[in-house]
Amino acid sequence: MPANAVEVKSLSKRFGAFTAVDAVSFSVEKGEIFGFLGANGAGKSTTIRMLCALLDPTSGTASVGGFDIRREPEKVKRSIGYMSQRFSLYDDLTVAENIRFFGGAYGLNRGTVASRLPWVLEMAGLRGREGSLARTLSVGWKQRLALGCAVLHEPGIVFLDEPTGGVDPASRRRFWELINGLSEQGMTIFVTTHYLDEAEYCNDIRLIHAGRIVAGGSPTELKTAAIRHPILEVACDRPVEALEILQKEPWVVDTSIFGLSLHVGVGEEAEGRRLLADRLGRAGIAVRRVDRIMPSLEDVFIHEIETNAAPGPAAAGEAKP
Amino acid sequence: MKGPTLGGIRSVVKKEFREIRRDSRSLGFMIFLPAFLLLMFGFALTLDVKHIALAVVDGDGSQASRELVDQFSTTEYFDLKAVLPMTTAIDPLMAREDIGAALVIPPRFAEDLLAGRSPSVQVLLDGSNAMTGATAGGYIAAILQTYSQKITLETLARRGLGGLAAPVAAEVRVWYNPELRSSNFLIPGLIAFILMVIVTISTASSIVREKERGTMDQLRISSLGSPDLIIGKMIPYALISLGSAHLVLLLSQVLFGVGIKGSYPLLLLAMVLFVCGALGQGLFISSITRTQQVAFLLALLTSMLPTFILSGFIFPVRNMPAVVQAITYFVPARYFLAALRAIVLKDAGLAAVWPQILFLAAFALLALGGSAARMGRGEKEPRPRRGRARA
Repeated sequence: MPANAVEVKSLSKRFGAFTAVDAVSFSVEKGEIFGFLGANGAGKSTTIRMLCALLDPTSGTASVGGFDIRREPEKVKRSIGYMSQRFSLYDDLTVAENIRFFGGAYGLNRGTVASRLPWVLEMAGLRGREGSLARTLSVGWKQRLALGCAVLHEPGIVFLDEPTGGVDPASRRRFWELINGLSEQGMTIFVTTHYLDEAEYCNDIRLIHAGRIVAGGSPTELKTAAIRHPILEVACDRPVEALEILQKEPWVVDTSIFGLSLHVGVGEEAEGRRLLADRLGRAGIAVRRVDRIMPSLEDVFIHEIETNAAPGPAAAGEAKP
Repeated sequence: MKGPTLGGIRSVVKKEFREIRRDSRSLGFMIFLPAFLLLMFGFALTLDVKHIALAVVDGDGSQASRELVDQFSTTEYFDLKAVLPMTTAIDPLMAREDIGAALVIPPRFAEDLLAGRSPSVQVLLDGSNAMTGATAGGYIAAILQTYSQKITLETLARRGLGGLAAPVAAEVRVWYNPELRSSNFLIPGLIAFILMVIVTISTASSIVREKERGTMDQLRISSLGSPDLIIGKMIPYALISLGSAHLVLLLSQVLFGVGIKGSYPLLLLAMVLFVCGALGQGLFISSITRTQQVAFLLALLTSMLPTFILSGFIFPVRNMPAVVQAITYFVPARYFLAALRAIVLKDAGLAAVWPQILFLAAFALLALGGSAARMGRGEKEPRPRRGRARA
């Protein structure tokens, strides 16, 4: 077995004239949690579907678990688990029947299924609800049951496509604890998300925008390496108007709006503070507070998109905090 | 493509049965809708013409003319609705559809008859429904023919030539359906129609539903191959549709008196092959469509229209233009219907229906094989994209 669980070289996918994934290359180490971050439509799901051998790439190569996705798609499928953003379960089957069906579909024998069943129930917190129809479960439960079904056959790598979409914060936290647990057992986790705060759980991250990888590294590396200029958090009146004014200033590196305050990237801190107060003062906007802050992943993401790529239709602002 | 596996098929069969059982609407659709359709069509769809409302204008008023009218009113085909004073009264009644036929007996009818002259009787028919009009005309001609034959013989007898018989008497005997009841002719067609439509529609949604829910991707990652899926999905639907076909056969016997004259095993063989073909057609539609609505419409169109129009269910194939006749050779219901009528009504054996059986088997193989192949190819198909909202 190679050292890397996933190895991707210049992988592309075009649908007609539209390039969904544009020559991406990266590798995923065994046992790590690898995060694929980007807005909706950035090419995350298309990449995952190619790696799961559900979709043929237009060009480029990739290997998953040591198997080539083009030449050995069946072997790739045998060595992975996959969970889509829709938590694909059978609504008219009970919890236990769903688990047993997927067990049978993965070719597990009855004994193995019987021994894995309590583990999945425990993990999903569904002990005592084996007989409930899947349609009656809340979203959080469905999500954990879908994860349980996806790793029933104990694959070496599991692909999670937007696993936390539409799930409440408490369930999301619980889900990430499960992911950490699986990772500690040695499973490689490949996860996509557009929630930037979730990226903090990952060992390694790639930011994808309009089909291209714009930045990569661990969360800490990204924050320190990608952004070298100071970021100022500005609390002021009429933030939207202030944002529009500052975007036109040559000394402003990048700006974005966070709730009621602005994040403004400047060339140098003291000079930046002075110019900022001056410009907003002239516009009659009262500035209440200016603080230098550590950049968040969101700042990194916005900075990378503004410097690396032409403004695409999927604006970074869509990415939810 | 991988071959079928027993374990894989068993998993899919179990799952499908559970899903069907818990979806009471689809279960009702497959079991009770056929019986309901049989009742509806069986009672409403009849080509028999009975109890035609008849008006009489008796210009003679003799015993002979009354006797002629009795010839009509004593059959079950005509009900004497009105005795009118003059012919001008007929038109408004027929226009309102109060009467379907009128008989006009001229004055001096009896006198002419006795004198050996042939009196003319006028018959007026409502031809707005060509089919019932023609049938009613046939009945009237037959009744008049019988009547005039009787009069001729009576006249001859009065002249001392008794014991004479008409030289040639046509004695028509109808085989297979002696009462010429159209239900005997229609019920087998109805069974074919109901089975085809129900089976195709209910299976058409079965694969596309998995695509819509996203479970199809999950199954593609699993170790199930397309044959496992196709066979596993087919078995429950085949068993349920065969059960429902038997319910329809039973009801046909109880309600419409259409019993099975021929061999039951042969009938079962024809039904199994036909159902497999319809299942294959449904699964194929399911494997090429992306939404349940499209699959439903496609299944409805490709099962209902050909089975209704091109199978010989109602319209005899030999009356169709040559081009349309050529098309009917590709309609499986045509073969099933021919086999069903032959077995149920005529007690035909395998020697008579083997070409039909052979075609049904070929169609079933083609349809099922086609959908398995399409599913295997579908695994590499690009994903449907609706705009760029999600990737």
